[in-house]
Amino acid sequence: MKKFRALLLVVVLVISSVLCACGGGGKSGGAIKVGVVNNPPSESGYREANVKDMEKVFSAENGYDLKTSYSLKNDEQLQAAQGFITEGVDYLLISAAETTGWDEVLKKAKEAGIKVYLFDRMIDVDESLYEAAVVSDMAKEGETAVKWLLDQNLPEYNVIHIQGAMGSDAQIGRTGALDEQFASGKMKNVVQQTATWDEAEAKKIVESVINSGEDFNVIYAENDGMAKGAVAALDEAGITHGVDGKVVVMGFDCNKWALRELLAGAWNYDGQCSPFQAQIISDLIKGVKTTSTKKIINEEKGFDAKALTQSDIDTYGLGE
Amino acid sequence: MKKNKRSFGGLGQLTIPVIALALLILFNLVRDLIFIYYLKVPNYVSFFSIELTKNNMENMVLAGNLISIINGASELAILAMGMTLVTAACGGQDISVGAAAAIAGSVFVKVLKSSSSITGVTVAIAFVCACIVAMLFSSFNGTLVAIFKIQPMIATLILYTCGRSIAYWINGGATPTVDSPLITAIGGFIPGIPVPTPVLIVIAVALLFKLIFKFTSLELFTQSVGINGSAARLNGINSTFIKLLSFIILGVCVAFSGSIGVSRLGLINHETLLIDIEMDTILAVAIGGNSLGGGKFKIGGSIIGAYVIQMLTITLYAMKVSSTDVKAYKAIVIILLVVIGSPVVKAKFEKLMSNIRRSGQSISMKGAQ
Repeated sequence: MKKFRALLLVVVLVISSVLCACGGGGKSGGAIKVGVVNNPPSESGYREANVKDMEKVFSAENGYDLKTSYSLKNDEQLQAAQGFITEGVDYLLISAAETTGWDEVLKKAKEAGIKVYLFDRMIDVDESLYEAAVVSDMAKEGETAVKWLLDQNLPEYNVIHIQGAMGSDAQIGRTGALDEQFASGKMKNVVQQTATWDEAEAKKIVESVINSGEDFNVIYAENDGMAKGAVAALDEAGITHGVDGKVVVMGFDCNKWALRELLAGAWNYDGQCSPFQAQIISDLIKGVKTTSTKKIINEEKGFDAKALTQSDIDTYGLGE
Repeated sequence: MKKNKRSFGGLGQLTIPVIALALLILFNLVRDLIFIYYLKVPNYVSFFSIELTKNNMENMVLAGNLISIINGASELAILAMGMTLVTAACGGQDISVGAAAAIAGSVFVKVLKSSSSITGVTVAIAFVCACIVAMLFSSFNGTLVAIFKIQPMIATLILYTCGRSIAYWINGGATPTVDSPLITAIGGFIPGIPVPTPVLIVIAVALLFKLIFKFTSLELFTQSVGINGSAARLNGINSTFIKLLSFIILGVCVAFSGSIGVSRLGLINHETLLIDIEMDTILAVAIGGNSLGGGKFKIGGSIIGAYVIQMLTITLYAMKVSSTDVKAYKAIVIILLVVIGSPVVKAKFEKLMSNIRRSGQSISMKGAQ
């Protein structure tokens, strides 16, 4: 019966619009069965927050029956997804370890009338195989940060740019906007080095600039940890930083401890990389929200130390 | 090359590390001179300049590239000391030191975070806990090597693979932070002392080794076990125990390094803490002129080796070499050092030297005729 209903929904979807289909899904009685295929929370602080958020939103109180599977390996994830399809879930949520190899499974899901939502990561498949993908736009994170930096109207921009692991999505996205400024000559590239997300390496890079006697007034670190490493080097050299300091400090990811540094005025800016996709997906499932495009960009904020409040930290901060 | 000739044999085992260090200093000196007198760069700061500045905690501290080098190499130097002992006794290396340091650092942070306020006592307790855990893990490695006679690199591969996951279990995925002036003092500067604390810890650990070697026969026993385990056993040395002991001592070094690494930033990231340090540690031992096959060793050589590696890194950073390329340049220099230090090259060199001497003599004899 459930299968028939789901099949019917697919037919409705194909014939009419995404809007109608979404409306129909959530209003039926009983808990909505959701299968989540995700990376394990041990992957990062980001993932930990992501997993917690999923559990919070897709709870029994909200009318969901949540089943989860965590793996860093694509083939294990594929098996888990297969299992969820056999089990007969209503919705399948996937954050894939790799972008390839998902065609077969997603086709099977479609045949079984299971709706697929992608979150955090895109998959290389035909758009018709999933309802929507809720993802971060790393390039936009960089643009937001650089726009904020330009809005500060500093007399000059001498930037130390500490990059993440070269080739990672976050690095490419967050580097792009700043590279444009370097190219246009609006900002001066004092040094651009990768610390491969390593805090201690970031400290060494900043130390070497300080030791060379070169002038700089902005540190743009592509995550919070590296910003902390950079600040440690400034502290040891007696260079002031933060809201009333000489050097503007910028980080990304919005860890709670990093936002607390902002609140204390020791840093200036922290860009969000939001792990909170669950609410958007839940709204889509229950028909509260509709979408005209398959790719939904999860809106991400940038926090200014001067405007930050404790409640922002409680709401948006990751970790403890 | 002339300099090399004279140094060979003169310093014995320390020849290679001392030459390497001298070459790096010379290189930077030449670079300084070019920048100052040839390119005439205004406001150029010499690589060797050291200045006393006031840091943000209102302490007077030393700063400069040389300070960065001896400070930054602290964890590496401590690990290299322990690794030298393991190498000498077992004829193999422990490749799990980085992962083990991540575990020790995680324990250190876990204990600090579970106490209500951070005082000298809690820091001491946290360090002792980190030490015990690190010693447990290293004695696991040691047992596999000493009792089950598994090759050290294979035995320690286990912890190398799973160590950072274990570190994750201790604190969870986020990067927990500890904020305390005491931790900042351990990882940075003690108020009133301009020398970085990690450097002082390295000196303390080196002294500890010196004292152990002075008052016990550990050095001799380790060498004899490394040179010929069966012969040592026949002479009444418990070679199994010596091997196990070398791993446990390395465990203590790991706890020191892990705790320093965490204290530097007051933050533990199990994925990046002392990442890839195991390879640098083994390199430091090799550059130090120690045989990686075990036997005779000099801890001083490994310490200089550690500073050579760090100086190389900082030199490359000062030249703004991209940090992704640093590893490649490092590899080139290290290949050169290791090849120059290899027995084959040494033998060829000595032969060449004696040939030159002989032909020199014959020429002078001809001259006399």
